[in-house]
Amino acid sequence: MDYSQFGSMIPELIVLGIFMVVFLFDTFSGEKGKKILTPMATILFLLGTIAIWIVPASGEEIFGGMYVNNTATNAIKAILNVGVFIVLLQSAKWVQSDEVAIRKGEFYELLLVTLFGMYLMVSARHFLLFIIGLESASLPLAAMVAFNKRHYESHEAAIKYIMTAVFSSAILLTGLSFVYAFSGGSLYFSDIAVNINRGEMSGLLLAALAFVIAGIGFKLSLVPFHLWTADVYEGAPTAVTSYLSVVSKGAAAFAFFIIFVQCFGSVYSDAWEWMMYAVIILTITVGNLFAIRQKNMKRFMAFSSISQAGYIMLGAIAADGLGLASMMFYIFVYVVSNLGAFAVISTIEDNTGKLSMDDYNGLHKTNPKLSFLMTLAMFSLAGIPPFAGFFSKILIFTSVTGTGSWALYMLVLIALINTIISLYYYLLVVKAMWISPDEPKIGNFESGRCQRVSLVLCGAGIIFFGLVPYIYQYCYDAVMNSSDIIASIMVFVFR
Amino acid sequence: MDLSMLWYLVPSVIMLACGIYGFVTRKNLIAILISLELMLNSADLNFVVFNRYLFPGSMEGMAFSLFAIAIAAAETAIAIAIIINIYRAIGNTDITEIKKLKF
Repeated sequence: MDYSQFGSMIPELIVLGIFMVVFLFDTFSGEKGKKILTPMATILFLLGTIAIWIVPASGEEIFGGMYVNNTATNAIKAILNVGVFIVLLQSAKWVQSDEVAIRKGEFYELLLVTLFGMYLMVSARHFLLFIIGLESASLPLAAMVAFNKRHYESHEAAIKYIMTAVFSSAILLTGLSFVYAFSGGSLYFSDIAVNINRGEMSGLLLAALAFVIAGIGFKLSLVPFHLWTADVYEGAPTAVTSYLSVVSKGAAAFAFFIIFVQCFGSVYSDAWEWMMYAVIILTITVGNLFAIRQKNMKRFMAFSSISQAGYIMLGAIAADGLGLASMMFYIFVYVVSNLGAFAVISTIEDNTGKLSMDDYNGLHKTNPKLSFLMTLAMFSLAGIPPFAGFFSKILIFTSVTGTGSWALYMLVLIALINTIISLYYYLLVVKAMWISPDEPKIGNFESGRCQRVSLVLCGAGIIFFGLVPYIYQYCYDAVMNSSDIIASIMVFVFR
Repeated sequence: MDLSMLWYLVPSVIMLACGIYGFVTRKNLIAILISLELMLNSADLNFVVFNRYLFPGSMEGMAFSLFAIAIAAAETAIAIAIIINIYRAIGNTDITEIKKLKF
């Protein structure tokens, strides 16, 4: 076997290296060494993130085409890394608390292993590697959800998460076994694309696609498969909730696009366009309507992230290079806006233990900076100009209408109407913080150093990502330079 | 005796249906886990059968089902660990008592 092939997996090797260092250090260092574990892990991860941004993708296919490292996968990995770095900063105070401090090494190890799984998921071009990546991304997450050992809610969230995750992967495996029956004996994405065609449209293919959509839809919490989301988000530790809501969702969305365009592109209009059409409308609408009645901030963010997942999936239904580029840009903007909101929630929770929306009444009197950042995040999530969320929404709507089909125009119209509904509940938070006449329930407090850095990073991202054209250009160039994705899109357009 | 593919696919579908039915109706976490195992095994059986009958020249489905079995074992291990935590917290494994987080 040719071991030099592993040299092409640069992002994976970087994360694996950081994992090994953290793991060995956590195991063999004494009590004194444990104190520098948090800064060490954070700084190492920052260096790794910078390395992934800088090192160009090799563009090679290795292991017989099972794994590919092109500019698009490299870009999405860099985006996920930024999200994980902000999560690390946010969790710095929580992992030092008495209850968790003794096991903080495990938190970093599980976090890095899930990230490694997501990398494999994004880079896989063969269903075996994809399944391994998907499972190594979702199983350690269950352990992370159960991390607050002394809190009953954490266990309940974890059991709900692991049961639905295993159920969804069983459904996904069944769907893949049906796909295998069509595939001509190979599970490579490219071979499946050749062997599935319109002539053989049958009930079995439709069932297979529905099963695969359901299986990945569980991970993305698209609507008929979303019931675990709110409970898990509420029960999990806040750092894990923010990780679940952005990083794991971003990776799954990208993998979804790659699978459906590269494998099933030729049956787009026959089979999965209308399936995704229905799922997206349901996701956006149900997510919005349920978010209105939530009082717990973490549940509120759960339903808001469900409806945001619907917007992200608009890029998948556009199914072209522009769709993928605007989807990546949307994920990047979603990372900073959602993590901005979670940074405020976790700062307030760490310092005062308050999580209900009513507790935020009159927050601006005691904590004006936190209120300001929360307002920015809410405006960005709702899509109010000139914040980043407005530009990401406009780009993803443009990519969908650019396909020219009137049905997709209607979809964009429904999404636009839902944007207005979402404005209502995002502004409820803003109203509680700035307008509500009640006396503030949360006293003035000093947030930790790491938390302050993450708050500033998210705020800067929200303000500048829309205004600096370089970010979108980076996503667009990354997609256009990755030849295998563009080639598969071309084949499917000309059919 | 020569068995056709259908003789294997029908039991596999029955296993899948039993698994889904059990997942929805059983009240004990361990029973739910067993139902999940049934579903995973039915998918593995599908892979092996399709490989044996449709593509006897290659081994891709067999290899896939080996990996799937290993992954299923890991899933069970984590689920059992969490069930033990639940048992320590509330004293039994009945899902009708795990209902604090809702709506």
